Amino acid sequence: MINISLNNEPKKIACDTLLSDALIQWGFGEIKIAVAINSEFVPRSTYTDRRLQDGDQIDIVKPVGGG
Amino acid sequence: MSYTPTLPAKDFTLYGETFSSRFLLGTALYASPQLMRDSIVQSRAEIVTLGLRRQNPNDRSGDAIWDFIKESGCRLLPNTAGCKSVKEAVTLAEMSREIFDTEWIKLEVVGDDYNLQPDPFGLVEASEILIKKGFKVLPYCTDDLILCKRLLDVGCQVLMPWGAPIGTGQGLLNRYNLRTLRERIKDVPMIIDAGLGAPSQATEAMEMGFDGILLNTAVAKAHNPPLMAEAFADAIDAGRKAYYAGLMQKRQTASPSTPTIGQPFWHQQ
Repeated sequence: MINISLNNEPKKIACDTLLSDALIQWGFGEIKIAVAINSEFVPRSTYTDRRLQDGDQIDIVKPVGGG
Repeated sequence: MSYTPTLPAKDFTLYGETFSSRFLLGTALYASPQLMRDSIVQSRAEIVTLGLRRQNPNDRSGDAIWDFIKESGCRLLPNTAGCKSVKEAVTLAEMSREIFDTEWIKLEVVGDDYNLQPDPFGLVEASEILIKKGFKVLPYCTDDLILCKRLLDVGCQVLMPWGAPIGTGQGLLNRYNLRTLRERIKDVPMIIDAGLGAPSQATEAMEMGFDGILLNTAVAKAHNPPLMAEAFADAIDAGRKAYYAGLMQKRQTASPSTPTIGQPFWHQQ
């Protein structure tokens, strides 16, 4: 297992988990989201190639009202 | 012979797209998603702003807002609200482009937490990076002329100077700077963004020659947001018409409007 942070909450996940699998595991599978890891944008087209690393800080965002 | 007003029906163009409405409305702070939807309708806005935030996947409370925004058919203008560095703003803009499928971005780089004043240096740097990445940047900026010129230098085709700090409702705090901006930058669309609290303030900005108004709090926090949205829409239209019509010059002394010749009860002494 590795330690990561998901939206500033500590989490554990299996080594070498793909981002695409992690998103399904966390309940984001069917939701319109965008992802950044360690403050870098991660394009949707790369979710199936990106393996999570120990210490990764993952931000997942959804649309909200804004000014 | 009947009189025909000469106000152009459609002359508000941003990044090559022409709009009928000069009112851009924010979608936050409403008491309910329904009030937001009704306010968008009454505002006659064709562009709405929105944002991105971390959310729990099981929290679907924001879904209605997003559904209503999509149904409105308005062009989406996502923001980078809350970003305090160039890096944060660029990353959030990239996330916005993917999720909303638009290159338009209302660029905010906050320089101070107290008044949410835009960081001019970060704003120019982030604008340059994003424009090179293909974004159409609408920067939320201060009313500083040199900042605005630098933003144009790096490729911004729209400027959005503040009227007052976000959410204050104080109106046009620095008329000298705003008039100077309009005088010195004549051919670039400029939208007064933030700080307006009353429709009369929007009218004043439009009378000064600004091209549009972007606001959120003044509508969302009104007792009747849809009615206030309509009031702002009418006020913006009135200000634009007045700008086209041409305001009279102010005078120091009174001047009678009714003819003085033929004044009754007047007798030469």
